[in-house]
Amino acid sequence: MAAIERKFTLQVPSSTENLALIRDFVTSVGRQARMNDDDISNLELAVDEACANVIEHAYGHDISKEVIVRAIFDEEELRISVIDTGLGFDPAKIEPTTVEQLVSQRKSGGLGIRLIKSLMDVVSYEIIPGQKNELHMTKKIRKEEADQQDQ
Amino acid sequence: MANPFAIQTSIEDGISIITLEGFVDAHTAPQFENAVQAEIDAGRHRIIVNCEKLNYISSAGLGVFMSFIEELRERDGDLKICGLVPKVKHTFEILGFQDIFEMLDDQPTAMRHFTAS
Repeated sequence: MAAIERKFTLQVPSSTENLALIRDFVTSVGRQARMNDDDISNLELAVDEACANVIEHAYGHDISKEVIVRAIFDEEELRISVIDTGLGFDPAKIEPTTVEQLVSQRKSGGLGIRLIKSLMDVVSYEIIPGQKNELHMTKKIRKEEADQQDQ
Repeated sequence: MANPFAIQTSIEDGISIITLEGFVDAHTAPQFENAVQAEIDAGRHRIIVNCEKLNYISSAGLGVFMSFIEELRERDGDLKICGLVPKVKHTFEILGFQDIFEMLDDQPTAMRHFTAS
């Protein structure tokens, strides 16, 4: 039987106030995909980080802009994309600094991308300057049922 | 909106206790930052952040811990973290915070670590 893909999209004004709404959306999709609770938590945090970056950096807190979160899952994996039309950035230009270096520089930023890469299985960027930016994140689905059977 | 957040500061034996409750994200982290800054401005450099009721933290909240720790230690103070629930502790540990911060089980233990030092 062919795998059936399910697609979900959330589009919200670019405000940190909506991060809670985005997290609720991601959690709901993760539950529909029957991911285990730990992976849903990881997904929730990764998408929060991606959207916070868009709201703060790509859009500079311009609430007239919109953040789009698109999720697609099948039996194997959940793919989630965060899409914006703001100022794109080249992640390759982000210097790999350690947390110790950030502390000594008294910097509070630079942790989000690091978290996303740690929490998700695959992370990629698609940037069309002046048009749109897409951050794609993939998480393999480890189902609750499978976990229980293993125990 | 399901985004409860509360923050409370108290002082015990000269040590500032900042208690976080609910969700710390990019929306609520500035309140946490202001609370830590207020203690520093008041000349209080020994701070415990009680996270027993903290359900969630993103990098915006973690960044607050990072941005103040050097300044506090330079002033012979410290910022210690206590009471992390496993899910939240996991987030701290992904970034290696356990190598930088003292993370204690509960507030009395964190208090003892301050008074012993």
